[in-house]
Amino acid sequence: MSATPTPPVTGDTDAATPAPPARRTVNDRARIARKRLSNPWASGIALVLAILWTIPTLGLLVTSFRPELDIRRSGWWTVFGGIFSGEAEFSLENYETALFGSSTNLGSYFLNSIVITLPAVIIPITLALLAAYAFAWIPFRGRDVLFVAVFALQIIPIQITMIPLLKAYVSLGVNGTFWTVWLSHSIFALPLAIFLLHNFMKDIPASLVEAARVDGAGHVKIFFRVMLPLLVPAIAAFGIFQFLWVWNDLLVALVFTGATPDVAPLTVRVAELAGSRGGDWPVLSAGAFISMIVPLVVFIGLQRYFVRGLLAGSVKG
Amino acid sequence: MDWFLGTDTATQKLVGMAVAILLFVAVMAVILLAVDRPRRVPKWLVVAAFVGPALLGLAFGLVYPGIVTIRASFYDRTGSEFVGLDNFVTAFTNEQFLIVLRNTAVWVLLVPVVATFLGLVYAVVVDKSRFEKFAKALVFLPMAISMVGASIIWKFVYEFRPDQPGVNQIGLLNQVLVWLGIPPQQFLITQPQNTLFLIVVLIWIQVGFAMTLLAAAIRAIPDDIVEAARLDGLTGLGMFRYITVPSIRPALVVVLTTIAITTLKVFDIVRTMTGGQFGTSVVANEFYTQSFRQNNAGLGAALAVILFVLVIPIVWYNVRQMRLSEEVR
Repeated sequence: MSATPTPPVTGDTDAATPAPPARRTVNDRARIARKRLSNPWASGIALVLAILWTIPTLGLLVTSFRPELDIRRSGWWTVFGGIFSGEAEFSLENYETALFGSSTNLGSYFLNSIVITLPAVIIPITLALLAAYAFAWIPFRGRDVLFVAVFALQIIPIQITMIPLLKAYVSLGVNGTFWTVWLSHSIFALPLAIFLLHNFMKDIPASLVEAARVDGAGHVKIFFRVMLPLLVPAIAAFGIFQFLWVWNDLLVALVFTGATPDVAPLTVRVAELAGSRGGDWPVLSAGAFISMIVPLVVFIGLQRYFVRGLLAGSVKG
Repeated sequence: MDWFLGTDTATQKLVGMAVAILLFVAVMAVILLAVDRPRRVPKWLVVAAFVGPALLGLAFGLVYPGIVTIRASFYDRTGSEFVGLDNFVTAFTNEQFLIVLRNTAVWVLLVPVVATFLGLVYAVVVDKSRFEKFAKALVFLPMAISMVGASIIWKFVYEFRPDQPGVNQIGLLNQVLVWLGIPPQQFLITQPQNTLFLIVVLIWIQVGFAMTLLAAAIRAIPDDIVEAARLDGLTGLGMFRYITVPSIRPALVVVLTTIAITTLKVFDIVRTMTGGQFGTSVVANEFYTQSFRQNNAGLGAALAVILFVLVIPIVWYNVRQMRLSEEVR
């Protein structure tokens, strides 16, 4: 921080700046907030960015509710005029076609996504919790070296593991089942999960663990009675990340499920539709939102934990 | 084995899932119960019960396949004949792959810089404003959806209809061009600028991430520093340039490098929007194409190794800065 540039010395600013009170009161904070808000440039930039960021999604969302013929004939923005003149039509037909139509059948892929996601969230978190506990609270020889090694595994891009892993699954006879995706997602999540949960566990006061140990509790009891209850927020934070990661993943699912309808998740099918039926916007728009609705609900409902996880470093490299 | 591996009906799938979870819980419970006797069990057994399952998984799923792939990158397309550095020579000299490398470089330079810049600007302008929470959520939402979903959203923005009388544009961007009196463009097909239009999608996703981390860093700037700077007459852009940016420098580096790593591995967007056609392929997509479509295992492995080697310095720098920024916090 030695290279901090020094602010330019300005002349007669003392008159313009009122002397600050010793402690900022709520009123002062409110005044500053209002002052910032009233800066028309800042508000303007914020407004433009927020609108720019929302329009693409809004466009596809509106489209997904329009009748097929309208989608092909006119842009989605025309509905706003149409609402006033009473000509705009909306229907759920696209969703029906996308979910249950025989050629798209996203309903069954939706189920696959759920079946893939739940174990792929529960298994790695459990394994990582146990390992993180040992790394944080059971002293053993070689612990630090091992922990650094696990941490370092984060740099391995999952691409590098795929062909050998696929061959291993084939020889184990689980190729084309959910087990391949469950195992892969669980393993790929471990380095980051162990590292993050270890950091959270380290923050728990040693006196709590000591007290339990004096009472005769072994490591298993300490783990369940002392650690787990205190770690609920951390588990929620990482759980959301793992959930979003697995639900939104394309690469792992594409490689290990072989894109078969029996096991492939929504993302694989929707990406496939984008390639094979690129201009079929009624189905594509509805399909995209079917694949997005669950993560959006989870995200909006648990945003607090999401932000906390983000700030703790829950980002897959 | 059908109850175990079957995937034919909905019930079978759900039962399979329940069985998998229960099986996992049961195995873990047995292991933990076995070592839950404080005095009689040797410590190494307790340690093994706690870290063993995770380490086994990592060895099977990351370490072993990683080594096999690095070895495979020196072998031919079927993995039977040693070819030395041939695969890497192909990747760095073949004209088709040079375009792939060029595209990857453009992605890795543009996405982190633009996304971080926009995230920083947004974090500053909405900071402490009345609609802060809502405004942040809007920019944040793209982070929750899949890159596949984001790609479809943007593919629709770029949608092209031939420029004929009686044909309306249905893609917003082309409609804007038409309103401005410019003929509509095939954004995703016209080389080389189509790569830029793909890059926009990842920027759109990543700005929310940059904004969140930088907003937290800005809030962590001590009040007295800001107050002192204000007394010195700093406002607006001056405050931004001389106080905000230097104070959050470690966070800025973490954000830049994290986005760079994500960008290096970008696959979903290219796959969904163009399939890597029209000169838009990147290393991660080419890896998939060579490994699983062209069945060229050697070249696919070499591309994965290249990805690995490119990631290492960024991760190293990222970890170092993360340490620094934690100390600052």
